[in-house]
Amino acid sequence: MNNGILLSGEVDFMVKGVFSYHIFGQEVWITTTHVCMSIVILSIIVFCVLAKRSMLRAEAVPGGFQNIAELVVELLDGVVEGSMGKNAIKFANYIGTIFIFILLSNISGLFGLRPPTADYGVTLPLGVITFCLIFFNKIKYQKVSGFLKGLCEPWPIWAPINVIGDVAVPISLSLRLFANVLSGTVMMALVYSLLSKIAIAWPAALHVYFDLFSGAIQTYVFCMLTMTYITDAIGDK
Amino acid sequence: MNGITGTDLIKACSAIGAGLAVIAGIGPGIGQGIAAGHAAAAVGRNPGAKSDITSTMLLGQAVAETTGLYGLLIAMLLLFVQPLAK
Repeated sequence: MNNGILLSGEVDFMVKGVFSYHIFGQEVWITTTHVCMSIVILSIIVFCVLAKRSMLRAEAVPGGFQNIAELVVELLDGVVEGSMGKNAIKFANYIGTIFIFILLSNISGLFGLRPPTADYGVTLPLGVITFCLIFFNKIKYQKVSGFLKGLCEPWPIWAPINVIGDVAVPISLSLRLFANVLSGTVMMALVYSLLSKIAIAWPAALHVYFDLFSGAIQTYVFCMLTMTYITDAIGDK
Repeated sequence: MNGITGTDLIKACSAIGAGLAVIAGIGPGIGQGIAAGHAAAAVGRNPGAKSDITSTMLLGQAVAETTGLYGLLIAMLLLFVQPLAK
């Protein structure tokens, strides 16, 4: 960690390396992001295994864990259905997956982890996946001619601006998520380090806002915008 | 002014620049306020659609927040990564 100007050594929110190893002549660092993301993914896997086990013994009147699993799936399907209409069935899996992953990543700050989404290396791939989905669906449903026609709207001279607008989508998507979670992480780090003498119990309220509220809103926004862009790319067909 | 190296000067200017960068928060503040005000008016006109209005408002506000966050990111980069002082 290099020296920050005002707060060197006091505020601690940077990504830190845990250990490094050499592979193909490159030095690769395992950072706190990898560790926290592994914990998040492990908890998701445990939930999935438990859900699968309870669904194998599914009953007509759900009870206990089956109830929770059905609630989550129905909720996510409802969200996708509400904004994608008849295309929902193809994308419900992907949207549900990133929804659960981003949500758990965002609220992992509550459990003392550094949220993995506060690392641009995590949010940029999510944005790039969305960009690939948009591009793929545009080519698939509108064909190359429709794609080129869309670029030349309203006049052919606007094509460069439309290209910039298309490329800006994954960048703005990923930066929005990253900056929101990072700002929460930084503010909590400031509270805990600079106000450490009086930071007793009341930072819990800040956690509720920065981790739970902001994290949930940003998760919803990321998925909502992904669905909107994909629906837009599919068109009216 | 003795003992101030060029790096120190760059760091000081970076701190000032970081302060200036977060002025970007004014725009989203106004925009979110307008969105919230119109949402409140909409709820007053049609209380039955409160949940729809609230979710639409939050989505719009979160998107409007982006420009302010860009300013915050620039401030963070200037303060903690210090690309100019290298």
